[in-house]
Amino acid sequence: MLGVLFEQTADGQRYIDWLLSGLGWTLALAFFGWWIAFAVGVVVGIGRTVQNRVVAALARLYVEIFRNIPVLVQMFLWYFVLPEILPTSLGDAIKQIPPPWGSFFPALLCLGLYTAARIAEQVRAGIEALPKGQTEAASALGLGGYLSYRHVIVPQALRLIVPSLTSEVMGIYKNTSVAMTIGLMELTAQARQISEATFQTFTAFGAATLIYLALALIAYQSMMLIDRAVRIPGSTPAKDAIEPTLADDVQPGTALPHGMEVVK
Amino acid sequence: MNSLDFSILLQAWPYLWSGLLFSLALTAAAFVIGMLLGTCFALVQHFEVPVVAQVVRGYIALIRSIPLILVLFWFFFLVPIVLGHLYGNGRPIPIGATWTAFITFGLFEAAYYSEIIRVGLRAVNKGQFEACQALALSTFDTYRCVILSQVIRVASPIILSQTIILFQDTSLVYVLSLTDLLGAASKLAQLNGRLVEMYLVVAVVYLAISSAASQCVASLRRRYAFTGAHR
Repeated sequence: MLGVLFEQTADGQRYIDWLLSGLGWTLALAFFGWWIAFAVGVVVGIGRTVQNRVVAALARLYVEIFRNIPVLVQMFLWYFVLPEILPTSLGDAIKQIPPPWGSFFPALLCLGLYTAARIAEQVRAGIEALPKGQTEAASALGLGGYLSYRHVIVPQALRLIVPSLTSEVMGIYKNTSVAMTIGLMELTAQARQISEATFQTFTAFGAATLIYLALALIAYQSMMLIDRAVRIPGSTPAKDAIEPTLADDVQPGTALPHGMEVVK
Repeated sequence: MNSLDFSILLQAWPYLWSGLLFSLALTAAAFVIGMLLGTCFALVQHFEVPVVAQVVRGYIALIRSIPLILVLFWFFFLVPIVLGHLYGNGRPIPIGATWTAFITFGLFEAAYYSEIIRVGLRAVNKGQFEACQALALSTFDTYRCVILSQVIRVASPIILSQTIILFQDTSLVYVLSLTDLLGAASKLAQLNGRLVEMYLVVAVVYLAISSAASQCVASLRRRYAFTGAHR
């Protein structure tokens, strides 16, 4: 059934090469997008918990804007609208970027900054889950605001939220498919292209589905490994900020034993 | 940089409005189908119905692992074939993108709602089941009158948050060339060339609706913070 994938295409490759190239773009978007999201998300998440009202309000504004606009609309804003509202010379320079990169960079920014808003909420939940004594002990030791965040609060909060971050990892690789709407030939787009070229729709979509399933499994397992490596002994994970589970109401210990529950 | 001209909106508004209505209708339909089916899925797993429970688990894990756009493509391709086998001589029955969208979103969201309800079912205090037994309620009445109403109540903030995500996700019907809010804006943008204004307006409309809805959910969550817990 998968035989069609090894047939020659019009451009001398095999169809499976199209799929693999799509997989490459999907992975590149998810990987680099994740680091943008993580970096921005941690900063914004910290911003939401600081005393300074202006910083906290700005961080909240960021989260509200990026979480409440659909990722597809954000994609169009980066791709179509940004070059138009920048000064003409800069906008034209952006439009001159050659094809794959011209879609890749807007998609990367879009996914990174969108996911950052979601990570920020998880980071905030992690920080708020820490006992107040941690901050007090840090200031009793003479650590200032920056040092106590740097050495006491953030490292512990990040270790608490690894399980919730799993769903964000799953989210970002699934959302890479939205990049096809601005012309990036990632995995879903390649599957559709193969289906249109060969009329073997079942094979084309089936192969893409299997690849996504494998990615989900890999992402889930590696996050489990990370969680096991960094979990604070004796702690319970912070509540998922975006899709709070009913962990409050479930008896401790029975909460979320089964894998797919944290996967969105 | 061209100057922005939002006067174009006066002409565009009726078309955008019809697109928004389609987005809302799709959200509402997917919510109803998703909740009904999702509750069934959750109950099937809760009762550990042989074979069916495993199939449902597999379906949910699959749906949650692949992107919605790919699911839309799958259903766009599969539903006519399945319908053809059910009601025809095996020849695919084309049903059009609109019906595909309604069916897909209903079945897709069912996977997400069912996970919420399943966790909710586990959260119900064991005493509730025992009390129902003491009152000699049948299993059906136990779930209909006592258990499910509590699950829905406790889980309502999460169900509503998921519905806001659903509303944003309906914008993805763009890939089926349907005329939802975003689809209407992009079709108008191609006609009048005013894509900056069009997409900005769409973004603002989504932002306004979603953040207003999130505020409502947040206040609901605060209200249920102490009445919802029953320990």
